[in-house]
Amino acid sequence: MFAPAPTLPVSDADPFALDVLQDPLQFQAALRDAGPVVYLRRYDVFALSRYEQVHAALTDWQSFQSAAGVGLSNFRYETPWRPPSILLEADPPHHDAPRAVLSKILGPRALQKLRASWVLDADVLVDQLLSNTTEFDAVTALTAAFPLRVFPDAVGIPDAGRENLLPYGDHAFNAFGPANSLVEKGAPRVAELSGWVNEQCAREVLTGDGFGAQIWAAADRGDITHEQAPLVVRSLLTAGVDTTVNGLAAVLYAFARYPEQWARLRENRTLARTAFDEAVRWESPVQTFFRTATRDTEIGGTVIPDGKKILMFLGAANRDPRRWENPDVFDLGRNPSGHVGYGMGIHQCVGQHVARLESEALLTALASRVESLEIAGPVRRHLNNTLRSWESVPVRVQLS
Amino acid sequence: MSQNPVSSGTPADAALRVDAKVVVAEGVVALTLRHPTGRRLPDWAPGAHIDLVLPNGLTRQYSLCGDRWDAHSYRVGVLREPSGRGGSAYVHDELAVGDLVGVGGPRNNFPLVPSQKYLFVAGGIGITPLLPMIRQAELIGADWRLVYGGRTRTSMAFREELAAYGDRVVFLPRDERGLPDLPAYLAEATDAKVYVCGPGALLAAVEKCCADWAVGRLRTERFVPKDRGAPLRNEPFEVELARSGLAVTVNPGATVLDAVQAAGVNVLSSCRGGTCGTCETTVLAGAPDHRDSVLDDDERSAGDCMLICVSRSCSDRLVLDL
Repeated sequence: MFAPAPTLPVSDADPFALDVLQDPLQFQAALRDAGPVVYLRRYDVFALSRYEQVHAALTDWQSFQSAAGVGLSNFRYETPWRPPSILLEADPPHHDAPRAVLSKILGPRALQKLRASWVLDADVLVDQLLSNTTEFDAVTALTAAFPLRVFPDAVGIPDAGRENLLPYGDHAFNAFGPANSLVEKGAPRVAELSGWVNEQCAREVLTGDGFGAQIWAAADRGDITHEQAPLVVRSLLTAGVDTTVNGLAAVLYAFARYPEQWARLRENRTLARTAFDEAVRWESPVQTFFRTATRDTEIGGTVIPDGKKILMFLGAANRDPRRWENPDVFDLGRNPSGHVGYGMGIHQCVGQHVARLESEALLTALASRVESLEIAGPVRRHLNNTLRSWESVPVRVQLS
Repeated sequence: MSQNPVSSGTPADAALRVDAKVVVAEGVVALTLRHPTGRRLPDWAPGAHIDLVLPNGLTRQYSLCGDRWDAHSYRVGVLREPSGRGGSAYVHDELAVGDLVGVGGPRNNFPLVPSQKYLFVAGGIGITPLLPMIRQAELIGADWRLVYGGRTRTSMAFREELAAYGDRVVFLPRDERGLPDLPAYLAEATDAKVYVCGPGALLAAVEKCCADWAVGRLRTERFVPKDRGAPLRNEPFEVELARSGLAVTVNPGATVLDAVQAAGVNVLSSCRGGTCGTCETTVLAGAPDHRDSVLDDDERSAGDCMLICVSRSCSDRLVLDL
């Protein structure tokens, strides 16, 4: 058993306890104030919650590896619940080729081709919704509906079974945490959902022109192997849906909470881009990720022993007052650049440009029709070990 | 206006210090570069190169041939090119330990793709991008061979490093062994991915043998001693922000992103190192001087966009869609 140095703050708290997941802000503030590194006895891991250390750990792939798993489970000693991701749960050199292929396919210039049709899709979705009602659940009506409308088509998977995407993602993100009640809840459907997702990654199932087909074309060129291609497609289906759904929910919830910021966006539509990143900073849809020390490594004055896990609180770093002025305020006047909501370094979210485009399309469609929006009823969180997620955000809008 | 802190046309931010300069073969020096504050350098993978912006204003591209597990230094090998415009001569004759040089990139047009078997073919200084590839092939336990040709044994750089790999490496100094029997080596390399870097004649000879190979099996990088045509700027330049109707001056010590932000125009950025693509900005007029790791050669020459966290201007004035 690891014996922490007397100077190292120790906590017996459980960051994955349901009440903490329900509202993690107080816990995270206490963790930040306790020190740059805090030993979490319950899980035998080292928590980083200040911006400086989280940023340093994210970028230092040489010292803090991903291939031993980016969840609590340590692949050096434990068998992963599914074959590891060749992007998220891989280190150089194995990480290089899949990452290079996907970066190109999901790069800002490649996405230009999708822009017009996504903008149109957002317009249609918003028109349909607002022609029927001005009071609705932003999660089901918009933030889940829009990504599910455009993203699976962009990847090129068939229509049948798309309802499996959110539960699969939910479980995958729960599985980065401890084996608590949230993981147990998902366990009965794991085999079925994994089976369905894996089937969607096959070349013959995918349309001829989507991201999926482009991944297979990269395998034909030898840029990745044919064995890797389905796993790269799987990464898109795992990481590309729940994250954007929650990112979009975060930005709409933020605007409902800060009506003056909505007015600001309406005056200057180019703020749509900043708005999404500010919401990702403010809410941090992906709250935490782990890394594993590849050798005894000093960070924030503490030596992390070889093979031990660190737990990086992206959400806490994004609200660290040492880095951000008035961090708890959603403010379009702020420059959120440098937030770690997408991670940082070689594993930084490869789909970030996709998420930004989805948000830009949706916010632009709403901004031209909606004068103001407000919370119309009790909001409900959806609990997940990794994601800061919404079950329901009822809103009322006033049309312009 | 503050005085230019570095005598080159690059922002002080991107300048690295020459930490070591070692002769590694006849006519070849290896430079080790570090950031003056010792901070991490941008990540790279085998096959990547950097732009070296020399204090005399010339820019040259060199493959990184050091250890990517050391995040704090870059190593490049520089051959003296008698026919060049003076970039390599400057490195050999003038550049000294302690000097600052501007650096752009890294960029990678020659990435190592996954395989269980590789054949590497190097001609002369073309060995440089292959060195880190070989290290990685060894690391993943791939079956690999290197055929390394050069003018004379003493002109062939990094021989000692490579000798450690034993008979996986074949040294072929032309004055002792003549030209390599390429068809034989290539015929033996069944199922291998083949990486070739060297002078045009070597590449042409290899390509002739591999004309009917499957797409992507042969990967080449032409080592052409090429000084970039565009003169680098030591002077400030103007950036006009078309949408905001503002104009700002970008001094050599600042980035375009800094200057734009100082004028009150918020641009979203993330990595601030030219790798993530977040700050990509449309260029309406002027000639950007690209220093990023994102755009490929075609995208660079189109000149209609730039990554303003690192890239600069060749022209007096840039007009950006901001």
